[in-house]
Amino acid sequence: MIQLKVNRVEQSFGSEPEMPLLWYLRDVLGLTGSKFGCGIGLCGACTVHVNGQATRSCVTAMRDAAGKEVTTIEGLDKNGLHPVQKAWMQINVPQCGYCQVGQIMQAAALLNSKKKPTDHEIDEAMSGNICRCGTYQRIRAAIKAAAGEMT
Amino acid sequence: MSPIENVSRRRFLTGGVIAAGALVLGVRYYHKLLLGDKLPLDTNADHATLHPSVYLGIDPDGTVWIVASRSEMGTTSRTTLPLVVADELDADWKRVKIEQALGDSRYGDQNTDGSHSIRSFYDAMREAGATARLMLIQAAAQQWGVPAAECQTDLHVVVHRATNHRAGYGELARAAAKLPVPKREELKLKPKSAWRYIGKGEVSYDLEALVTGKAIYGMDARVGGMVYASVEHPPVLGGKVKSYDDQEALKVAGVRQTVPIDPFQQAPAFQPLGGIAVIADNTWAAFQGRKKLNISWDNGPNETYNSDTYKNELRATSHNPCKVVRNIGDADAVFAKGGKIHEADYYVPLLAHASMEPMVALAEFKDGKATLWAPTQNPQAVQDIVSKELGISKQDVICHVTLLGGGFGRKSKPDYVAEAAVLSKKVGRPVKVVWTREDDIKFDYYNAVASMYMKAALGVDGKPTAWLQRSVFPPIPSIFDVNAVYGDPSHLQQGWTDIPYDLPNLRIENGPAKAHVRIGWLRSVANIYHAFAIQCFTDELAHAAGRDPLDYLLDLIGDPRTIDFKGVEYPNYGASLDAYPWETGRLRRVTEMVAEKSGWGKRKHGKGTGVGIAAHRSFLTYVATVVEVEVNDQGEVRIPRVDTVLDAGLVVNPEATRAQFEGAAVFGASIVRSGEITATKGAIDQSNFQDYPVARINEVPYQTNVYIVESDAPPAGVGEPGVPPFVAAFCNAIFAATGKRVRDLPITKLGLS
Repeated sequence: MIQLKVNRVEQSFGSEPEMPLLWYLRDVLGLTGSKFGCGIGLCGACTVHVNGQATRSCVTAMRDAAGKEVTTIEGLDKNGLHPVQKAWMQINVPQCGYCQVGQIMQAAALLNSKKKPTDHEIDEAMSGNICRCGTYQRIRAAIKAAAGEMT
Repeated sequence: MSPIENVSRRRFLTGGVIAAGALVLGVRYYHKLLLGDKLPLDTNADHATLHPSVYLGIDPDGTVWIVASRSEMGTTSRTTLPLVVADELDADWKRVKIEQALGDSRYGDQNTDGSHSIRSFYDAMREAGATARLMLIQAAAQQWGVPAAECQTDLHVVVHRATNHRAGYGELARAAAKLPVPKREELKLKPKSAWRYIGKGEVSYDLEALVTGKAIYGMDARVGGMVYASVEHPPVLGGKVKSYDDQEALKVAGVRQTVPIDPFQQAPAFQPLGGIAVIADNTWAAFQGRKKLNISWDNGPNETYNSDTYKNELRATSHNPCKVVRNIGDADAVFAKGGKIHEADYYVPLLAHASMEPMVALAEFKDGKATLWAPTQNPQAVQDIVSKELGISKQDVICHVTLLGGGFGRKSKPDYVAEAAVLSKKVGRPVKVVWTREDDIKFDYYNAVASMYMKAALGVDGKPTAWLQRSVFPPIPSIFDVNAVYGDPSHLQQGWTDIPYDLPNLRIENGPAKAHVRIGWLRSVANIYHAFAIQCFTDELAHAAGRDPLDYLLDLIGDPRTIDFKGVEYPNYGASLDAYPWETGRLRRVTEMVAEKSGWGKRKHGKGTGVGIAAHRSFLTYVATVVEVEVNDQGEVRIPRVDTVLDAGLVVNPEATRAQFEGAAVFGASIVRSGEITATKGAIDQSNFQDYPVARINEVPYQTNVYIVESDAPPAGVGEPGVPPFVAAFCNAIFAATGKRVRDLPITKLGLS
């Protein structure tokens, strides 16, 4: 039996330990905010926080999530909207929106480690997250706006 | 499924005028026709107290229900069209609730493609709002015993200033509902000066849901008792299962059964591809089970298809006379005189859509009815194909449209939805089919591979005295008729037969090419390769003539005129040439404006940097784009800045329009940098983002400036028209920066690094 915390709630999982965390979150827990995009860690749509680190849940086996604290978009902010989400709304980032949950989780993790990321640092942190609609210019602007809010 | 029927059907669906005409009927008369009829699955608008249109309902609490009948895939049309209704109604946007329509012909055309949602539905939305507003005014006037003409509306209220009467829309809804629906001629549309939302825009109605993970896409649809399916398709188009062994697959924990799906009949159209489905308790188990299938395939005749040889065949075809689709003067006579002749071959490979949400659909077949939840651009096409596949009537196919995680044209083709429906019938419970990214890349309806041959004779002033252009590409009608090999007018029009230059001698030709994969619409479609060839060839000629590319382009566009299409089959994107003439003056204007905005010729460009320009009209919108590039010693290409100017007529939602053009630059960057799908022995070589890369944050324009021309011309498209000029301008900028001419996309072949 695998024990883990998802959005501050204790969970246990007794099925396939090789099942990726993404499918556990989506199909078993019904937390569908985290998205399936590529299945091999190349697009970032499935990004969640595992012990505070941005992690591709589609390539994280349940056995490796044992004992960890997992945060998804559904649990990103206890009180509603995280500053990154607010900035995303303020800059009107999303188009189709499918990748944006992963982008937001990645950006939130970035701002936890770097209070004022440079353009280069934003590129480094965000280049694993694909947006096919092409909202990157606004993503960059929203990260900077959120950085301003969070300091 | 008759191929002819489908081709003509497609024409109907893209024919905005016809569709809008049918729709106006829907708005005006549907209410009367269906009085007393119980709808199978109606909307809150249908149930609202005041319900003068299929798109609109008003309840006594003041809630205004507006039905979004078009699919939302990121263009914000789900918000923008209701905004038009709300404006004419003088409704408070905060009291508007948008609900998504089912697939239903009462809404008119629902195929959300061709950048025509606003164009085709703008009038209908205004009428819907104006109808309700007039009824509310009439109801108020009756209650107050004053002439309706003396009453007016303010935000969500009717007022009579002389008597100081005032009533909210909610309190008037019951009385208004008793009145006859006014005739179209009685409606008085608001003057532009009174517009609240049109031209100002609004952010997406779904914005908060989109940033909180609460938005429901096809991938997120769930119903009780559903199982999950993953399908192993024939690797080669038209292939069939010879035999298969599922013993190992069935041993995978969570796998329930395997189900064969029949291959498509005749032409693929929107039928399922066939193959073996693995049914499981969760998505991952279905994926795992599928890996353990052992299938022997009969690949069929497309096994001979190889992209390398096919490219050579296309090129060879384009080097010989082909079918003439437009002719002015006698280009050959000029070429025969010799002099300065310039020739070039351009090539664009197959391109995949790669929307972030792979194909997915949930289907429940029960009691002779199919209910679908799907991220589809075309729910009525879902009704068609599912009714045919299951042998039930179209009315018994209920298609719920979820949000789409991107579409770009792929989700207008509902093969994946039909697959879910077929499986649900076979399995006897709700089935959710989830395609992997690999399935998405390998089983797309690709944008056509195309080869263009260009030839021009240059006069003493450097301007072309004769111009010949030939394109060869497998046409989209081939998905409906395997023998279709020539470009059809609705795709030849896309930047090919409508070359905007004032040329004395012009011949336009198209050559035959047989399709070996499914060909389909992808954001801006044939405009991609046509604009690439024409706008890059123009840049080549400018350099050959020793001219500035901007001046040369303006010279070729010439003086403002309306293009005469006499003798040319030019569908004009389904719009009439009276309402939407092809005006070169508008193309000229956006070109001049983008030159000014980008500081063309005024900014210094050092070693390894350069700018390129291109202008193009598509989907009735005129666009000019300047791209600036920087190429370092390692051959890495960066795009510091893009300026783009568009004239799309009236723009309802400028903010969403800017976003579409920012996104188009990113989409174009992917095409130029790395967009290439190839096949070996009929099977697609690429599989996921490692071998079909799309642009990432560090590879896209750092700054895209979008300028919208103020215009009272009728609204045109904004979703697609940004892509073609960006692609060409980007390639022209690479030449300016490096001296290397881009004729073969993508630029991985250019040897920059």
